[in-house]
Amino acid sequence: MALSREQIAQRVAQELKDGYYVNLGIGIPTLVANYVPDDIEVMLQSENGLLGMGQFPTEEEIDADLINAGKQTVTMANGASVFDSAESFAMIRGGHVDLTVLGAFEVDVNGNIASYMIPGKLIKGMGGAMDLVAGADNIIVTMTHASKHGVSKLLKSCSLPLTGKGCIKKVLTDLAFIEIKEGKFHLLERAPGVSVEEIIKLTEGELVVTGDIPEMKL
Amino acid sequence: MAGFDKVVHSYEEAMAGLTDNMTVIAGGFGLCGIAENLIAEIKRKGTKGLTLVSNNCGVDDFGLGVLLPNRQIKKIVASYVGENAEFERQMMAGELEVELTPQGTLAEKMRAGGAGIPAFFTATGVGTPVAEGKEERTFNGRDYILEEAIVGDFAIVKAWKADRYGNLVFRKTARNFNPLAATAGKITVVEVEEIVEVGELDPDQIHTPGIYVNRVIQGSFEKRIEQRTIRPSNKHAEKGE
Repeated sequence: MALSREQIAQRVAQELKDGYYVNLGIGIPTLVANYVPDDIEVMLQSENGLLGMGQFPTEEEIDADLINAGKQTVTMANGASVFDSAESFAMIRGGHVDLTVLGAFEVDVNGNIASYMIPGKLIKGMGGAMDLVAGADNIIVTMTHASKHGVSKLLKSCSLPLTGKGCIKKVLTDLAFIEIKEGKFHLLERAPGVSVEEIIKLTEGELVVTGDIPEMKL
Repeated sequence: MAGFDKVVHSYEEAMAGLTDNMTVIAGGFGLCGIAENLIAEIKRKGTKGLTLVSNNCGVDDFGLGVLLPNRQIKKIVASYVGENAEFERQMMAGELEVELTPQGTLAEKMRAGGAGIPAFFTATGVGTPVAEGKEERTFNGRDYILEEAIVGDFAIVKAWKADRYGNLVFRKTARNFNPLAATAGKITVVEVEEIVEVGELDPDQIHTPGIYVNRVIQGSFEKRIEQRTIRPSNKHAEKGE
């Protein structure tokens, strides 16, 4: 069975380490915050200028001056700080954020990522995504492995305009956990009940499968 | 003698001197921390051919989006513009020029503009459409592109408090691009929730020193919320941009 959005978030959360500063993108990455293990502390960075993002507010706590990068109302965790956008991207570009999780339309075997624009169709902008992928060393991309019609999104070469070049090393899809190195995809784990053959079929770029591929534990 | 007193008492006075084809830098992230009434004054004045530099362009009926129906904006430099139907229409019809700029690069362009730095190198955007036509250089084995600073004829800024000298304090994430915009305007106009007497703000707590500020006006704000998310229902977590 392919992973649900919640399960993808759950698996990503296993990559969190105690003391990590983490930036979570819009969509599935946001859900990762719900699965932070109880025995570790992480601090969430929101690129509009907040380090130490808390949970959503109650009706009484809502404050129009306190939002996250998805423009949702949020609260501040204990020990939070606020700052301007240049400072925020100094943290990001300067490589101070330990883990970045973001979504994508396509990735390819050379670690390229396309996530912000479908020409002639969707033109909204890259927001902070280009800075995030350029600045972070440790990035996990969350995405569906293929389109509804079975067209792979893990490609030999991205077809859409790039968000970043050669910057992605880890991809977690609804079917597999994949590492990118030396111009190839490497299968690390498969979703429970999903066969290696299914993953190969839906991966356009070269996929290296070494030995028995374990199922993800959720 | 006005001395350092930057306070003005009407919106007309606040935006005096803004004329067609000028560049306006605006603070704000989405609808958070925007100079609501300064934007309304630009709409009222009917100034046209503006180049706007702002992270976003508001929504159809609020924020910078209100300048769209009368075609007051010629060009916008922004990182994310997806919340606005009229915007999309004008862009697709070629009536509105859009320069999509990565958010961190946009912030740094303002910071550099205000700090007298004409351009800077960044790895952001290398190998993407953003790099097209830009000088590329390699430092320590990594590629960077040259991005130019931005200076505005005007900057419109929203702060929480100001004193009469234009020293500013921002509140929570309503700070965002505002302190950067404040430094990068030839004329910087700040709209605040409260003006206090000189000496009332703790010098250690001032975010933007008054030297960057030309005019201060006290406004009242709607503070519209774009995504009202409330706990405990986790469902809302998925509604983003």
